[in-house]
Amino acid sequence: MGKKVAKEVSIAIADAVAQCKVDVISAYPITPQTHIVEHLAELVNNGELDAEYMPVESEHAAMSACIGAAATGARTFTSTAAQGLLLMYENLFIASAFRLPIVMVIANRSISAPISIWNDHSDVMTMRDSGWIQTFAENGQEAVDLIYHAYKVAEKALLPVAVNIDGFTLSHVIEPIEFLDQKLVDKYVPPLRMKYKLDPKKPITMGAIGIPEIYTEAKKAQDEALKASYRIIVNAWKEFEKLTGRKYQPVETYKMEDAEIALIIMGSLAETAMNAVDLLRKKRKKVGLLRFRLWRPFPMKDFIRAIGKVKAIGVIDRAVSHGSTGGPVGIEVRSALYQSNKRPKIINFIAGLSGRDVTVEDFIEFFEKTYEAISKKPKFSYEIYGAKE
Amino acid sequence: MRAELKKFKGFNLKNLPEFEGFAPGHRACQGCGTVLPVKLALKALGPNTIAVSTTGCIEIISTPFPYTSWKIPWIHAAFENAASVASGIEAAIKVLKRKGKISKKQKINVVVFAGDGATFDIGLQFLSGALERGHDFIYICLDNEAYMNTGVQRSAATPYGAHTTTSPAGKVIKGQITWKKNLMGIVVAHNIPYAATASPAFPIDLMNKVKKASLVNGPGFIHVLSPCPTGWGCKSEDSILTAKLAVETRIFPLYEVIDGKYILNRKIDKPKPIEEYFKLQRRFRHLTPEQIEYIKKRVDEEYEKLVKLCECFGVES
Repeated sequence: MGKKVAKEVSIAIADAVAQCKVDVISAYPITPQTHIVEHLAELVNNGELDAEYMPVESEHAAMSACIGAAATGARTFTSTAAQGLLLMYENLFIASAFRLPIVMVIANRSISAPISIWNDHSDVMTMRDSGWIQTFAENGQEAVDLIYHAYKVAEKALLPVAVNIDGFTLSHVIEPIEFLDQKLVDKYVPPLRMKYKLDPKKPITMGAIGIPEIYTEAKKAQDEALKASYRIIVNAWKEFEKLTGRKYQPVETYKMEDAEIALIIMGSLAETAMNAVDLLRKKRKKVGLLRFRLWRPFPMKDFIRAIGKVKAIGVIDRAVSHGSTGGPVGIEVRSALYQSNKRPKIINFIAGLSGRDVTVEDFIEFFEKTYEAISKKPKFSYEIYGAKE
Repeated sequence: MRAELKKFKGFNLKNLPEFEGFAPGHRACQGCGTVLPVKLALKALGPNTIAVSTTGCIEIISTPFPYTSWKIPWIHAAFENAASVASGIEAAIKVLKRKGKISKKQKINVVVFAGDGATFDIGLQFLSGALERGHDFIYICLDNEAYMNTGVQRSAATPYGAHTTTSPAGKVIKGQITWKKNLMGIVVAHNIPYAATASPAFPIDLMNKVKKASLVNGPGFIHVLSPCPTGWGCKSEDSILTAKLAVETRIFPLYEVIDGKYILNRKIDKPKPIEEYFKLQRRFRHLTPEQIEYIKKRVDEEYEKLVKLCECFGVES
């Protein structure tokens, strides 16, 4: 096991990608992910990483190049955020339908307008239904570990993986990181061998037209592949735990054992939320926290199990789903519980848009409002929290 | 002359490769001027080739699942991004060869087949990016001068005066009001090693150009004028004749640009009357004498410009 080193998370992510011996990197700058591809360029140009570095002319081209390279049997990487993700949008669906094991890091950032470079989850939530495996990191160590995991899973499930890190609050902070030894990485992420690829010795046709008689079946097969990836994802984390001792699961819980109410969050804000839990626990409030590490495929069973016997849940969303019944996570959670025997009250907050601070005090307020929801029907389906009147 | 091209003696009727990369039974219209160049290009390139298509006629007619006309590996991702997909393929081949995962001896051609909409319009940025980065690939633009697959809408490649469904010959405005975009000029401005125009009416010339584009280190670009009987309103059996007349009237001169040096392949000293070309096609039937006069003047001007460019370099035509 390697020793801990202090690194900017973006740099650490790039180092982990390099450890996975990526073959083709397509790169286009956009804040706040740029440090990742910058460092990869350094590694390539210094001869420390044998890869083709493609400085493409747009994010659409970045994902297109990944599609071409992955279809040829190369291990690929790209990274983006916000408008960049939206520009490559149509390719996201093509990459997953082609079953290509592309790995992408999204340094989550607000989408325009108003233009903003700061952090929330409005970018990634637009690709919710794109067929990608989607994971969210809480801290730098997890971000790095999710990179190793992403290649492992992508290449086994033959599906693309998006690793989400909060822009700035994660991408630009320096944290202590423990890298896997190269030998362990080589063991955990063996060389990519694709059965079907663009190979003149064994020609295939890729991207054929799907007539109505076949389109439904193609989509069903893809949907089943994404659902089946759940097992691969969980097993890959189990194997990772054996190698490193670091345990990851689809839904992370904090002090949920006897919790009466819980908050749900994704990404790095969970660390602030845990401080709020600790404060309230000192006051003997039975509160807990849930965090989705895995967002797609949605970890239904883990989620139902994780909520235990809570009476009310407050879902913190980091994106607006305009004109709908809640934030994307709120909608998902309500929908998941509808088929379940468990029916806690659900209250939904949209908070921390465009990098606005969500403090411990804010989380305490979320808990209080969630507690109220047990006995009192909330006045709102969702609340855009903290908006100045 | 580029070193890579020195050894290539050219195809002729005696040494044509037997290889067919594009199977019959596809669903193209009769007399399709786009399918023929694909067949010829793959003959020139051989089986060690990976093809990328844009969305459009070629993709639709060749791959109605579970059928395929492609005997070589083929991929279609989206409408505009074939040049980037090809870039990724080329980069993958390069690094996988370096890492010993693809045999270094295996020369694999990467070829794009793209329509004019996908090249002149929606994919221009992607093409520019790929040319600028210098990927070793071949980009063949099969230009039938409109969005034919969606039902004949004008593109930046549609010639002045032509009727399409979005540049209709109306009572006031008679067809396309703009001149065809100078794509070759744009491509050549990227300083790539090889660019050429070609026509299905001159099949050996087309094959030679595709081969040369594959031999040079770096991007090779071929602009093919591909008659579309359905969209142009010409008879299926006149498709090749129409392509031939486009060359003989100076509307579509055949030339190469090797390392920036222009070479006129077919000097047209006595051009055929431009009306002969128009007469075969319903898309031009509404043209007024003034419009024809304007086209004639502009075609001659453009041709003279090209001749001067070729003379600049003193290369024998």
